[in-house]
Amino acid sequence: MKILVPVKRVASLDDEFELRDDGRDVDPDFCEFDLNEFDEYALEAAVQIKEAAPEGSVEVVVLTIGPDDADDVLRKALAKGADRAIRVDDAGLEEADRVAIARVIAKVAENEEPGLVLCGAQSADQGNAQTGMSVAALLGWTRAAVVSKLDFAPGAATAQVERELEGGLVECLDVETPAVLTIQLGINTPRYASLRSIKQANAKPIECLTPHDVGLSDAEIGAAGALSRVRRVFVPERGRGEIIAGTPSQQAARLLEIISEVNG
Amino acid sequence: MSGILILAEHRRGTLRDATLEAIGAAGTLKAALGGPVTVLVIAADPAPLAKAVSVGAVDEVITVARPDAATYEPHVYEAVLRSVIAQRSPALVLMPHGVDSFSLAPAVAIGEGLGFATDVFGVAVEDGQVVATRAGYNEKVFVEIDFPGRTGVLLTLRGGSFAPETAPASPAVSAIDAGDGTARSKHLDWRDPPATGGIDIPGSPFILSIGRGVGDEANVAQFLELADGLGATLGCSRPIADNGWLPKARQVGQSGQLAAKCNLYIAMGISGSVQHQWGMKHVENIVAINKDPEASIFTIARYGIVGDMLEIAEELRKQKGIH
Ligand SMILES: Cc1cc2nc3c(=O)[nH]c(=O)nc-3n(C[C@H](O)[C@H](O)[C@H](O)COP(=O)(O)OP(=O)(O)OC[C@H]3O[C@@H](n4cnc5c(N)ncnc54)[C@H](O)[C@@H]3O)c2cc1C
Ligand SMILES: Nc1ncnc2c1ncn2[C@@H]1O[C@H](COP(=O)(O)O)[C@@H](O)[C@H]1O
Repeated sequence: MKILVPVKRVASLDDEFELRDDGRDVDPDFCEFDLNEFDEYALEAAVQIKEAAPEGSVEVVVLTIGPDDADDVLRKALAKGADRAIRVDDAGLEEADRVAIARVIAKVAENEEPGLVLCGAQSADQGNAQTGMSVAALLGWTRAAVVSKLDFAPGAATAQVERELEGGLVECLDVETPAVLTIQLGINTPRYASLRSIKQANAKPIECLTPHDVGLSDAEIGAAGALSRVRRVFVPERGRGEIIAGTPSQQAARLLEIISEVNG
Repeated sequence: MSGILILAEHRRGTLRDATLEAIGAAGTLKAALGGPVTVLVIAADPAPLAKAVSVGAVDEVITVARPDAATYEPHVYEAVLRSVIAQRSPALVLMPHGVDSFSLAPAVAIGEGLGFATDVFGVAVEDGQVVATRAGYNEKVFVEIDFPGRTGVLLTLRGGSFAPETAPASPAVSAIDAGDGTARSKHLDWRDPPATGGIDIPGSPFILSIGRGVGDEANVAQFLELADGLGATLGCSRPIADNGWLPKARQVGQSGQLAAKCNLYIAMGISGSVQHQWGMKHVENIVAINKDPEASIFTIARYGIVGDMLEIAEELRKQKGIH
């Protein structure tokens, strides 16, 4: 059985950043990129299922849709226990929203026929919380979101999962498989990659495909497959509090004053 | 193609407040989009919930009673909601951006070909078209989204962004059968969060919270001492609780505690994610300490210190004589 783990390369912004000329995104020159934190947990959950199963019976496949720079996050995932990595190039996907990205992931899932797809609950940068559950909808598979515990033996007809809801309330449920689950932070403790596994990961091939290669038609790719369009990105005019300047000692002294002013 | 359809969110027999916020939002959009405003209640026993959503601008409540909807089940909800959308063709469908809607909204939007955006905190109607605003890059920018070529749009709304509607109204209530759909997951049990062991985030007037900026587990103990010495309750962001560095009862935010009675909240090394803000952004006096001057926590803070939380903590301890 395969477990497919779609992973995203997410951006965090530098202290000072600029928008792209068309005003519809941040200029990527001002971004730092890393593997989405939620995906570290999804990957670990997949690797733990593999390790609990008879050797060689489960293959963990990681997938990202992005430019060749995104190979970094695949290598990181390979170093942390994924067996195979696929990257679908984002050429032609400029106008893709989360649903259009999900169309690519769903096609790869159709081709790979995994027993489970584990996505992150959301991306740390944009927080859409759409992609994973869109993949499930497109495949017509069972779905559950924000999973904080997962028990699944490969081949079983159901998985036992817990969903973490508002206020920390937990729902325990049985979910039919194959299923697409989105994984919440804290479900496990993601492992560190050893130097040896990093070296091995760097030597592994990454399968590079285009959206057409995986079987998408033009009517599904990019804007054609999207349900939304970014019109404009802007830095809002927002109130900012009073910035307390000075040395750490002066700042702490002022903070103690504020504490006694407020607490009376 | 007109009117606004709202899906009621409820859990364990109680309507969730976020539904009243969605009704409030619909009230402000009704003039521009046209009525009616309809609320759909899917439940095993919808009657009490139908009453609870009979507020404000609501013209009609549709109830669908199904034994397999005793608890939220995404595949059942999807079938019912899609069949109601297909019958009514609303211009706008609204639901709270809650954990339940994560597994529902995408399937409905894709299935019905609706324009789609999540975690939206601003909605405008321009020339009859819906334009949504949400945040991006960990709250550092705002993003305006439109939906070219879509006649209906589904939005999930950020909690606390729209004023809840509570004024009683007398909408028509109609019970219908809708949607086939079978459950593919089975509810087994609820588990309430673990006992708080005397830690009282909701009742505390003064909270000092630490986030991932604390860096290392070994640094956590000194913040317990610092909070104690200042007379504050120690709170934390989710990663600190996830790591097991502090108990979950100290976690502030959407999947943790609401700082309901707090008057002074000092956030150290916390970026200001929407889920953390959910638990504290209402606090009147927020002090943010963060080494990133662009961290979004500063936009809701009354006072800000751009700096290293460990350095500031050390100074606070020194000046207060806390050891
Ligand atoms: C359904 C759901 C529910 C969630 N519920 C919650 C919840 O209840 N509560 C919650 O908190 N999160 C919740 N989250 C997680 C949330 O999305 C964020 O991941 C989390 O809030 C980030 O925590 P943080 O600010 O401590 O960490 P980060 O976002 O990593 O921020 C750390 C900050 O520390 C600063 N920093 C680093 N070093 C220092 C230093 N030495 N001195 C000063 N500053 C420093 C950095 O500049 C950064 O701004 C939830 C997520 C989901 C999907
Ligand atoms: N470009 C991408 N490539 C692979 N997986 C992705 C991509 N974008 C999003 N995902 C998956 O969707 C999750 C985030 O969902 P969302 O918040 O909707 O972007 C991530 O944790 C990944 O599992």
